Amino acid sequence: MYAQLVETEKAGGTPEEQAFQKRIDDGIKIEPKDWMPEGYRKTLVRQIGQHAHSEVVGQLPEGNWITRAPTLERKAILLAKVQDEAGHGLYLYCAAETLGVSRDEMTEQLLAGKSKYSSIFNYPTLSWADIGAIGWLVDGAAIMNQVQLQRCSYGPYSRAMIRICKEESFHQRQGFDILRVLCQGSDEQKEMAQDAMNRWWWPSLMMFGPSDKDSVHTAQSMRWGIKQATNDDLRQKFVDQTVPQADWLGLKVPDPELKWNEDKGGYDFGEPDWNEFFNVVKGNGPCNKERLEARRKAWDDGAWFRDGLMAHAEKKRAAKVAAE
Amino acid sequence: MMDPFVTFCLRMGDNALILAQRTGEWCGHAPALEEDIAFANMGLDLIGQTQLWLKLGGEAEGKGRSADDLAFLRTERQFTNCQLVEQPNVDFAHALMRQYLFDAWHLPMLDGLTQSSDERVRAVSAKVIKEVRYHIDRSRDLVIGLGDGTDESRARMQGALDELWPFTADLLASDEIDDDLTARGVIPDPAPVIEAFNAETAATFAAATLTVPHTGLTRTGGRNGIHTEHMGFILAEMQYLQRTYPGVSW
Repeated sequence: MYAQLVETEKAGGTPEEQAFQKRIDDGIKIEPKDWMPEGYRKTLVRQIGQHAHSEVVGQLPEGNWITRAPTLERKAILLAKVQDEAGHGLYLYCAAETLGVSRDEMTEQLLAGKSKYSSIFNYPTLSWADIGAIGWLVDGAAIMNQVQLQRCSYGPYSRAMIRICKEESFHQRQGFDILRVLCQGSDEQKEMAQDAMNRWWWPSLMMFGPSDKDSVHTAQSMRWGIKQATNDDLRQKFVDQTVPQADWLGLKVPDPELKWNEDKGGYDFGEPDWNEFFNVVKGNGPCNKERLEARRKAWDDGAWFRDGLMAHAEKKRAAKVAAE
Repeated sequence: MMDPFVTFCLRMGDNALILAQRTGEWCGHAPALEEDIAFANMGLDLIGQTQLWLKLGGEAEGKGRSADDLAFLRTERQFTNCQLVEQPNVDFAHALMRQYLFDAWHLPMLDGLTQSSDERVRAVSAKVIKEVRYHIDRSRDLVIGLGDGTDESRARMQGALDELWPFTADLLASDEIDDDLTARGVIPDPAPVIEAFNAETAATFAAATLTVPHTGLTRTGGRNGIHTEHMGFILAEMQYLQRTYPGVSW
């Protein structure tokens, strides 16, 4: 879920587009060589690109704790998880490349601030419990969204999602397990866990994007089968799934309006602060500046490395040609 | 003299642990996504190796110290990693050169250890050597590719080699603890390990168009707990949670 507020292009009514829509309605996957409306292609490039960038930027808040993980086992698990995130970035860039946009182009758009990544990664990881909260809440919210994306109409994205979902469920379990141990630990550890809950709850709910009534892109994305469920439906499912887990952990959900609603068979809950959300998306969150700077620095500082290897490959190729 | 077998296990484990700390610092900051993945993967292998060696050391010591106790509750002077692995990530060239020099010693050392007279050492080495073969294939390729790349990549790799080469003395050093273990067949004789290291690095640096500095400068001491000034900061960061909240579970 790592894509929010993806701007969706408009559909047209040509016979080709009608035939395309029929394929989607019939549940037939669209593959890279198939004809597709330009709007569909552009929307997917934006969505997959955002998703890939989120995986890559998402390494930073968790990577922040690799050197400080409290045990060897926790360190190994966290390394494995962050490695998975980078791997997800790689398959998503590959999926986007099938739509005719290169990884370098997408990276340049990210670094220029033209392409977005999930708002959630602009919050800081301030304690070890935050690593638990990211796994449990953030990856939990991501899974909720990604499970439906496994049925996305675009074949390569759908297949990438199937693979990613398997790894994400391990991520969520490890996050929950970090919090389980903290919640059963000392008073200071419990306090650390509750503090993480207080800070990550609302930003996690915001991950689903604005309310359906304000979400201008949802309807077309759903017709095209890019999206299979609305922001509010997914958010509701997430809350219904997560609140009993918080109760089990002994953590208080920081929402005074949270209440079980027998009639709807789900929880009623408060409205996230959408001003905060739009502000973070605009670039004014607590870590937007640091996150982009870190990625720009990695890219700029790594130019000599990439150029060096390209030059070496070229020398090897030339030597091979000369030998033949 | 400290118990030789325990010291040996700690030296192996500490090398892996401190190198993993340095490797882990790259997460999300490497020059290409493939390198982020590779560094995380190597870090993961190194943490696994740390767990194996420190567990064995703790058991041999018999004082009930777990691998975590040894990793998180010893002080700077009690760590016995070579100084090479604690050297900072000045740039990616330093990180790769540090890894390569370590691998160039690690592989022949493990190769010898798979013939150890001690069954436990044989078992650990047989597992670890598979990972290290992969590590050196990667680090060697990159050293060659970047040495024989552009002018800038060669200059950076040469700079890293100039700076890190003196620390290989620590990697190849041996003392009476090693002599005792060699005599009992627990660890290999140092001579063939040094020979293999020299052959490996000579061939690689020739292909990479890099030159080993002949300043005669050597830096040693890590294996006996004498470290560079970087070490205290590595431990302060690594041990922070265990030191701040002693005695709890994580």
